[in-house]
Formats: sequence, C-alpha cells, structure tokens
Amino acid sequence: MTVKQLSVFAENRPGRLAEMTRLLGDKGITIKAMSIADTKDFGILRLIVNDCEKAYKLLEEDNCAVTLTDVLAIKIANKAGGLAEALEALYEGKISVEYMYSAFIKEHEDEAYLILRVDNTELAVKTLNDKGFTLVKQDELVNFDHE
Amino acid sequence: MNIENRYWQKDIECMSREDMKKLQDERLVAQVKHVWDNVPYYRNLMEEKGLTPDDIKGTDDLHKLPFLSKADLREAYPYGLLAKPLSECVRIHSTSGTTGKRVVAFYTQNDIDVWDNCCARAITAAGGTKEDVCHVAYGFGLFTGGAGLNGGSHKVGCLTLPMSSGNTERQIQFMQDLGSTILCCTPSYAAYLGETLHEMGLTPDDINLKAGIFGAEPWTEEMRSEIERMLGIKAYDIYGLTETSGPGVAFECSEQSGMHINEDNFIAEIIDPDTGEVLPEGSKGELVFTSITKEAFPLIRYRTRDICVLSREKCSCGRTLIKMTKPMGRSDDMLIIKGVNVFPSQIESVLLKMSDTTPNYLIVVDRVNNKDTFEIQVELSKTMFSDTIKSVSDLEKKIGAEIHNILGITAKIKLVEPKSIARSEGKAVRVIDNRKLV
Repeated sequence: MTVKQLSVFAENRPGRLAEMTRLLGDKGITIKAMSIADTKDFGILRLIVNDCEKAYKLLEEDNCAVTLTDVLAIKIANKAGGLAEALEALYEGKISVEYMYSAFIKEHEDEAYLILRVDNTELAVKTLNDKGFTLVKQDELVNFDHE
Repeated sequence: MNIENRYWQKDIECMSREDMKKLQDERLVAQVKHVWDNVPYYRNLMEEKGLTPDDIKGTDDLHKLPFLSKADLREAYPYGLLAKPLSECVRIHSTSGTTGKRVVAFYTQNDIDVWDNCCARAITAAGGTKEDVCHVAYGFGLFTGGAGLNGGSHKVGCLTLPMSSGNTERQIQFMQDLGSTILCCTPSYAAYLGETLHEMGLTPDDINLKAGIFGAEPWTEEMRSEIERMLGIKAYDIYGLTETSGPGVAFECSEQSGMHINEDNFIAEIIDPDTGEVLPEGSKGELVFTSITKEAFPLIRYRTRDICVLSREKCSCGRTLIKMTKPMGRSDDMLIIKGVNVFPSQIESVLLKMSDTTPNYLIVVDRVNNKDTFEIQVELSKTMFSDTIKSVSDLEKKIGAEIHNILGITAKIKLVEPKSIARSEGKAVRVIDNRKLV
C-alpha cells in the first residue's frame, strides 16, 4: 500500500535540477510528484515516478547519491477541508507526518493526491484504510500515465 | 632605543665558532651516552647500525647516527623515549590535541630552565628587559606556546601577563590598562588583535606595545608588515616544536632576516628528505635537530619535516648562532591550520568512522583577513545518504564535532555530490591551500 520515492542529494548550484530532470526525461521517465527540501548548501530532490527502478539506475549511473524510501500516496477530496480530514485521521492514530507534498496525478476533478512520509508507515496504512481513505499502490502509478 | 646589542646570554649567543663546536662536541658525546644508557628504543636503533657511543667523538660523527621520526615518537608513546625516571620529571607538554599523532614530551626542572633561557633570549632580542610588560596570548595548557614564553618572560623579569588566547576585547583592555609592551602569540591572532583594536576605534597610539614575538604557524613578510602597521610594533619570528621543547629553538633578532638557532642546545642539520643525506650549508632541505642538553626527552637527529635553509653569514646583531630561514614548506603532507598541525590522515580516520569506505574528500584552506579558513568537502556516498534534511545535517554536524574533537579546531563541513571532487590523473587531490605563505 506504499509507493517508492526517489530521494536525490543535490548541491546548490545552477543547472543541477535541469540536468537531473533532463536525464530522466530523455529516458521516458515521467514525474508523478516532486518536492525539493533545501538548505543553504544542499537540497534533497524527492520524486515519485512511473518507473522508479529505471530512474534509480539512471541516477545511480550518473553518480548521484540516491536512495529509495517507502512513502504513502493518499487520495483526498479536492474541496475545502479535504486535507484536514486526512491529517486528522493520522493525528487520531498518533502518527506524525515527517514531510508531505502534493502530487501531479489525478483521475477526476474532485480528487487530489498527497505524498506523505510518516513516522510509522505500517500503522498509517492501517489507520487510513480503516478510515476509508484510498492509498495508491506502486503498480497503480502507471495507470496515471494517460496523457 | 638601541636594541642592536642586547643579549640574554652574550657568552653563548656571541660565542666563537670554534668554542661553539667544542661545546657541541662535548655535549653530543655526553648526550649519546645518556641516551644509550637510558633509552633502549634508541639504543636498538644504534645497534641496528652497528654503532656504540664510542663511535661518536663529536659533531663530525653526527651523520652516522640514526634518525628519529614522528612515527618513532608515536610508537614509543608514552614512555619509550624517556631518559630520566619519572620522579625527576616535573612537566609534560603535548602536540596540539591530536589523537592519532599524539606526542608527549617530558621535562626535568633543568629542561624547563634551559627552555626558559631560550625564550628569554628571544624576548631580549626583541628588546625586552625587566622594565617590560610581557603579554602572553599564546594558549596555555598542553600546548607549549603559553608556557614557553611565560617562562622566558619570568627569566627576563618582565611583568608577565599570562593572558592565554581568546576574549579579544579584554586582551586589548589589559593592554591599555596595564601597558603591555611585548605581545607573544600566533601571527594570526596578532593580526586579529590589530583588527579588533581598530574596530574598537583605537589606534596604536592608544596602546604601549613596541614588539611582538610570533610563531607556531607559517606567516609571510606581507603579514609581518600588516601586523607591524596595525599594532605599531616590530614583529619577530620564533620557531620551535614540542618534540624538542617548544618555542625558542630559534628566534629572530633586530635584523629580522631569519632565526638564530640556540646551538648550545640544538644541533641543526639540513638533509635531503628522500635520501637522508646531509646537505652542505646553504642548501634547501629538511631540518633535523639533535637536542644536546635535554635530559628527560632527548631526541637525536629528529626529522622536523620542515623545509628550510641554514646560513652562517655574519649577522649585524652580533650573534654568531647559525640562522635558519622561515620554514618554506613540509616534506610530508602536514598542514598548519589556525596554529594546529593537521594531517590529512586524521581527516580520513574521522570519515572512515562515518562510512564503510573512506569517502573522497578535499581540504580547502585559505587565509581571509589574516585568519585561516578551513573547509572539508566530503563526497556523500550512497550509504551515508538518507532521505531527510535532518539526517544529512546531522551527518555534517557529526563530522564537524569529530574533527573538532581530534584537532581542537573547527572546520566547515560541506557535503558534496558523489564523484564531484576533481581527480587529477586518477589520483585524488586531498588539499587545496590557497594561503600562498611562501
């Protein structure tokens, strides 16, 4: 019930992100969600892609420090309070969010997708399922490739 | 003020060449005997070369004796080179806070007296008398800087201010309130004191300093002029190393062109660092010292790894002691950063603890506003990287803390991408030193 996220260490220098995304783009990797966490000297680029094994290999061959992490991709209602409902569910389950960001994917206008890393993934999956939330599975990511 | 003819021990400082050689001959013969009798470690080295004390009749035989290196000192740590019972030793000093490369040196009371006299010569050569207020802003503790100049200042009879380093505004306040006339510290700290003085809205006219004795790290003639201008003083160089005693092995006189070696205590040689062969006077090579008066921790033919030139040219100050140039470099990979000896292998040992394999790294040293900057770039390997900012920042902090723990100085740690540090012909470049000190 989790998806694989690629995290890439990137020094803060002009053109670095362009290089990485071009590398992936040229090999047919599509980005489903992304965020950048940054500090003064470096950043971490986090990516959810259609083919994470291939992307991982490409980045590794390009000498990037890259790692795979299990994160949650959760569907929420695209309306006022939609995000709050999901976070309240996690809070009630005593689960802490370490970071989150929104995804580019959607099937219908009335929904949105969030990527979450939590302190207890297993418990979060159970809690969200019990509360009736939909979690995206790794193989389902490809289904969003419909442009 | 005429400082041309000021000596602390004129009979020695101006001794004729023949008398000095005779003194050195006698002392060397006695020292080799002392070491042979009391230091099995060195006795073994001599035996390996088939030597006994009878083979050493004077300084002309010095070249026959085996060298000692820092590796020997580490191997013999802590007591292996001790030549006196501990009950006769009164103090130890140690090289700057390093674990991997620690050297502990022992002193008898007589060793301290000899050392104090060496430093007293330096202070006197810089114009110091019992009328002076000697402001010692070298670090005190295991480091020899503070203790050495403090002892020399006492000998001369100066009013001694054992300030140690740090708390710069208070240093300047004491200079003003107590009328410090001679400043002893590292050249970079002297420059920093000068800058702070100006930042406080003061000029050299607001203080009473006339001279400074600066050592323990490399510095340039440009830096000398800068310090002299900022503090309104004459700046003198001093040389020494913990292994042989501390500062005062050699000192500068009014001519400010090289340092007189205290030859009654230390015999200097210049060797080819690759072959170990003794080079003729005037050649550039590695400086080797034999301490001929040290009782507790006598070193025979100790390789300093400092590259310099010796000269017996007549000096206008009247001293006949041989002169050495400022060290022009090293015959090993040691760096002196912020006054502390740093070996790249120490950085490696820290990084090895952080990862399965030693990550590629680069030490970048520069001097900005007369102060050393020290950055270590470390290539982040896959095993070192995990997904969160916190884990990466924690790694930076952990490396920084460990470096500080080992070296006693702070380095800026910068994590960089794998394979991003330039390699030259397949071999990693470990150090970029932009200080241009020579």
